[in-house]
Amino acid sequence: MEKSISVNQLTKRFGKFTAVDAISFEVDKGEIFGFLGANGAGKTTAIRMLTGLSKPTAGKAMVAGFDIQRQREKVKRKIGYMSQKFSLYEDLTVRENIVLYGGIYGLPNKVIREKSGLMLENLELKEVSKTLVKSLPLGWKQKLAFSVAIMHDPAIVFLDEPTGGVDPITRRQFWEMIYEAADTGVTVFVTTHYMDEAEYCDRVSIMVDGRIAAMDTPYQLKKDFQAKSMNDVFLQLVRPEKSTAL
Amino acid sequence: MRTIVFLLRKEFLQIFRHRIMLVLIFMMPLIQLIILANAADYEVDNIRLYIVDRDGTQASQRLVGLFEASEHFEILGYGQNPEAAFNSIQGNETDLFMDIPAGFEEQLSEGGPAAMQVSVDAINGVKAGVSNGYVQAILQGFAMAYAKELAVVEPGTAQPGQLGIEYSNWFNPDLSYDNFMVPGILVLLVTLVGMFLSSMNIVKEKEIGTIEQINVTPIRKYQFIIGKLAPFWIIGLLELSFGLIVGKVIFDIPFVGPLWLIYLFAGVYLITVLGIGLLISTITDTQQQAMFLAWFFLIIFILMSGLFTPIESMPEWAQRITDFNPVAYFVDVMRLVLLKGSGFSGIQPHLRVMIIYAILINALAVLNYRKASS
Repeated sequence: MEKSISVNQLTKRFGKFTAVDAISFEVDKGEIFGFLGANGAGKTTAIRMLTGLSKPTAGKAMVAGFDIQRQREKVKRKIGYMSQKFSLYEDLTVRENIVLYGGIYGLPNKVIREKSGLMLENLELKEVSKTLVKSLPLGWKQKLAFSVAIMHDPAIVFLDEPTGGVDPITRRQFWEMIYEAADTGVTVFVTTHYMDEAEYCDRVSIMVDGRIAAMDTPYQLKKDFQAKSMNDVFLQLVRPEKSTAL
Repeated sequence: MRTIVFLLRKEFLQIFRHRIMLVLIFMMPLIQLIILANAADYEVDNIRLYIVDRDGTQASQRLVGLFEASEHFEILGYGQNPEAAFNSIQGNETDLFMDIPAGFEEQLSEGGPAAMQVSVDAINGVKAGVSNGYVQAILQGFAMAYAKELAVVEPGTAQPGQLGIEYSNWFNPDLSYDNFMVPGILVLLVTLVGMFLSSMNIVKEKEIGTIEQINVTPIRKYQFIIGKLAPFWIIGLLELSFGLIVGKVIFDIPFVGPLWLIYLFAGVYLITVLGIGLLISTITDTQQQAMFLAWFFLIIFILMSGLFTPIESMPEWAQRITDFNPVAYFVDVMRLVLLKGSGFSGIQPHLRVMIIYAILINALAVLNYRKASS
């Protein structure tokens, strides 16, 4: 199967501190890959390297067929990105944000118009298309930001804690959007620290102190760790001394 | 190119959405121009004077009359007692006292030098210096007139050689401070707006995190930077035009030289100033830091621009520093073109320096701007 992301010994050091310690993994095309870890485990640093925001100290990674060190700008055409500090302009309206990002990715005006119409309809944001983004509820902003991030039909979309701070129902709705996107063939690379969300992923990797401590399907991980939930798996990995199962 | 259009549209939408910002951009210069042009000049008026007249003769009376007639002086006290004069300067009631000794007229009529004492409160050195100048001018005028009359009355008297200087003020015949200050203050305003707005705007995107989103897109560095700087370049030129109109309408400053020269220079100048703003934004992370750094440069640029103190009277090392002060160049160009009527050749050296400056600063800023952190 075609690999969407392949990472080999990727490392990032800040001075003496190693944030990401020689991680290696591969993600298939169309897969929903969960990138889990406690705060400070190195998730965000890793995602920043893969999206070209941060230069790796060592190692190699191919994203959408391009080298993240030497072909950073080519990678950027192929990816979408949504960060935990959302990336929309709060002082622009919903429609203005859509048009701006459509334009930045070089979509023709006609396509921008079609897509924004469709997007507003699907998100049920038609009524508020002229509202400033800052006055939207958090959950709506996140859905809009996600739609904008995949507007240019990227091969891979990187989501860095996309659902922080909203209720479980809104999170569930957000994941339905992720599934829809994955069904169209987009690879989804998502970081989260909600363990219920980990269950929704095709495959997860769990990072502890800059290293990948475990990586498999949620089903297999639970089986290996004899755990009832992903939360149990996570706790065993993060705090092995306190766990009883190992 | 199309990307830049989208970015420009975004910037203008954001700028016009913040109504307060717009008001600030255009009201601030209007108010400052009116206040500063009227307040910030070198003229000293209402100097409070105490005259001790121990001579009490016609000659001393005449001298006192001259001071009374001067618009710069206000005679607050008059008497024979130097003690009282001393106390009034001590008590901050007067700025200056003049002591006319007994025998003043006698000495004068003998054609000899007449001594008198002038004491100035020099806490404010500039004011003291200017006051001194006024006193000197009045005394000299008095001495000359007196000597002339003496020669007529007593033709035999030996007359010391007199040198009369007549001044003729070129390019600013009325020595108008408005003409001198308004174009300069306008430069400061354009600088202020340009440097602050550009540095703060980019740092603001860093602060709220939207710059990350921009950095993961295929936007090229130059596109982003043009998208950021062009709006403020346009606003800067609008601001300049607005200020020139205010200067013309309210202060009636002369436009002797061609205006397009001002705009040509301003266009390059703004690129330099915006480049400095961009450079500041690349080395700071918060608006607070950017503000602080921008102020650091602005204070030096403004105080050493030659607007408030002539560059020629600065020490040698300070003059060398002003060689790197873009504000000083623009202040000079404004005065050269508006007051003196210089043509292209007159400002060519300034323009050449500014073009080099613009290129260097922006190259540095672009090199320093990174889409990816290392």
